[in-house]
Amino acid sequence: MDRRKFFRSSLAAGAAALAAGAAAHARENKSVPPQALGLLYDSTLCVGCKACVAACKQANDMPPEFSTQERYWDTPLDLSGKTLNVIKVYRNGTGRRKDEPENGYAFIKKSCMHCVDPSCVSACPVSAMHKDPLTGVVRYDKNACIGCRYCVAACPFGVPRFTYDSALPQISKCQLCSHRWKDGGYAACAEVCPTGATLYGTLVDLKKEAARRRAAKPGTPMVYPRGRLGGPDQDYPGVAARYVDHLYGETEFGGTQMVLLAGVPFEKLGYPDLPPRSDAASSEGLQHALYGGLVMPIAFLGVLSFVARRTVKVDDEQENRHG
Amino acid sequence: MAEHAANAPAPLGGRLLTPVTLVLAVLAAVAGVILLYRFFYGLGAVTNLSDGYPWGIWIAYDVVIGSALACGGYAMALLVYIFNRGEYHPLVRPALLASLFGYTLAGASVIFDLGRWWNVWHIFWPGYAQVNSVMFEVAVCITAYIVVMWIEFAPTFFEKFGMRDARRKLSRVLFVFVALGVLLPSMHQSSLGSLLVIFGRQIHPLWQSGWLLPLMYLMTAVLLGFAVVIFESTLASTAFRRSMEADLLARLTRLMVWLLAAYLVVRVADLVVRGALDNAFAFTIEAVMFWLEMAAFVLPLVLLGTQAARRDPSKRFIGAVALMAGGMLLRINGFLVGYQTGDGWHYFPALPELLVTVGLIAFEVLAYIVFVRTLPVLPREAAPAK
Repeated sequence: MDRRKFFRSSLAAGAAALAAGAAAHARENKSVPPQALGLLYDSTLCVGCKACVAACKQANDMPPEFSTQERYWDTPLDLSGKTLNVIKVYRNGTGRRKDEPENGYAFIKKSCMHCVDPSCVSACPVSAMHKDPLTGVVRYDKNACIGCRYCVAACPFGVPRFTYDSALPQISKCQLCSHRWKDGGYAACAEVCPTGATLYGTLVDLKKEAARRRAAKPGTPMVYPRGRLGGPDQDYPGVAARYVDHLYGETEFGGTQMVLLAGVPFEKLGYPDLPPRSDAASSEGLQHALYGGLVMPIAFLGVLSFVARRTVKVDDEQENRHG
Repeated sequence: MAEHAANAPAPLGGRLLTPVTLVLAVLAAVAGVILLYRFFYGLGAVTNLSDGYPWGIWIAYDVVIGSALACGGYAMALLVYIFNRGEYHPLVRPALLASLFGYTLAGASVIFDLGRWWNVWHIFWPGYAQVNSVMFEVAVCITAYIVVMWIEFAPTFFEKFGMRDARRKLSRVLFVFVALGVLLPSMHQSSLGSLLVIFGRQIHPLWQSGWLLPLMYLMTAVLLGFAVVIFESTLASTAFRRSMEADLLARLTRLMVWLLAAYLVVRVADLVVRGALDNAFAFTIEAVMFWLEMAAFVLPLVLLGTQAARRDPSKRFIGAVALMAGGMLLRINGFLVGYQTGDGWHYFPALPELLVTVGLIAFEVLAYIVFVRTLPVLPREAAPAK
């Protein structure tokens, strides 16, 4: 009897789980916002001057961070509660040749990817992470935030960071300098970049620019824009680079609004190998399958109440009779 | 059934101040001081949390494991009221009390971990609440369940203070709360597993079971519920020198073993289907922890396979403890050992961090002792035990 009942209920639970599993795939990746803005970072153009790191600190009023004995200047090693943008270096063997995986080196930028279907937005229980429906910029509202750090844990790029050493902590992340738009400014990192390694613009334009660079024969003359695509002319002549055949952020995770080009494979540069389906889609698909319209919970509650009404009453009468 | 009347709950009585309760109180006080410090100087001052491990044992143990260990009330309510196994009734109230404390503390301990705790009400507030978040579902359901459990437990207070009228009124609608008391844990215990879905490849393949996570966390929550009831009944019998509900516990153990077998089928089948089992044979810390976890789950199955073994209190106790260890390891492994967001991050709890968790457990045990000594919780003994 016990056994049969338990088998029956485990079978039911199994069937429900299977159904949920099937339905969980119903939630597709979100699509690119109509006026998506972003950045194109080209590792082959980056000279590692870190002007973007300094400009980012200034534009966002962030404190310096020290990693050397003498605390003369800002020397962040990674993103943190005090650093929203950082340039790192890949090094291999002799480290002589730029943008070569063997015996070479390459620079790489780390900052928010402004995912098309961001995990942080899906994870946040209080809407403190918000993706702008027009521009797609992922913004953080500290006044809503409860500091649970689910966003920190969920982001596959390790972008949202937290100020653990503060009694009034908050999350720190790049918001594409959206606070500077009203004064005609744009992402400070792109604005100061001397080589156009970091370029600001609409995602459509940025992808076109990336395609143009990838199509050129390495070593041939090439004109590079700087600052903002579609802004004042700051073009300069250069030479086409040799890239790995990969525009990072085009398909990863349902796409990102910062896209990257490099001469070294992205896994070596600290960019994870990610599937085309976003984790937010998987997570929300599962939640909607189980709780969509509260249909399953209400039906389940109905069954439980029906059963409990009989068993609890019997139980109570017994206690009253004897007690 | 006359056995219910004979076993009607009654306060145990006895001294509240003993060496045991004193030690528990000191441990709880130490945790209190550390927490005070944490609220003035930030989480970093007392924990080893980092951006690579934004969640530590205050989440993985205090909340995820703490609430699962508090599933005794849920598991017994499921058995007694939903599967109509009235004979287990004497086990319900003590289990419910332990659940009440476990959950209330798990819920309260979230506040210690929240960086911006003063905004915690946003979770329940339209406009802030973000219903697509698994965390939202977990938080709302746990909170609701804590309220439901206090209502379920209210008859005990009513009895104590002779409020017969209130007790009668509540008993008329109690079935709704009993139903909610089964629904809500089913929801949030499964969702505690779903929390890991959005971590994607940051969770080691041995624990990233995707949409099966909710089923696995739910099954192990019920298992932990049964194991904890056996564990607590045995301890309570020893500590308070009471006779044991031996026959009931043996039958409960049988159910537990069957459910455990079903869980292991799901767990192993998932690993095989996903092709993740290879990882168990690599020489890594993850593989070692995986085998520890599996050993803890398999041991009760081996140990409690026969009817004679299930009637043996010590075997039953060891089996229950092993199962509790398995459930804890599944959660520690899923949330901490199997979590890797990039190279170069490490986490092991700091001493003050550990002391807070220890203090929380001490406080819970202390409160349980005070309650069973002063309130009608445990079944009355036929003859005075002492």
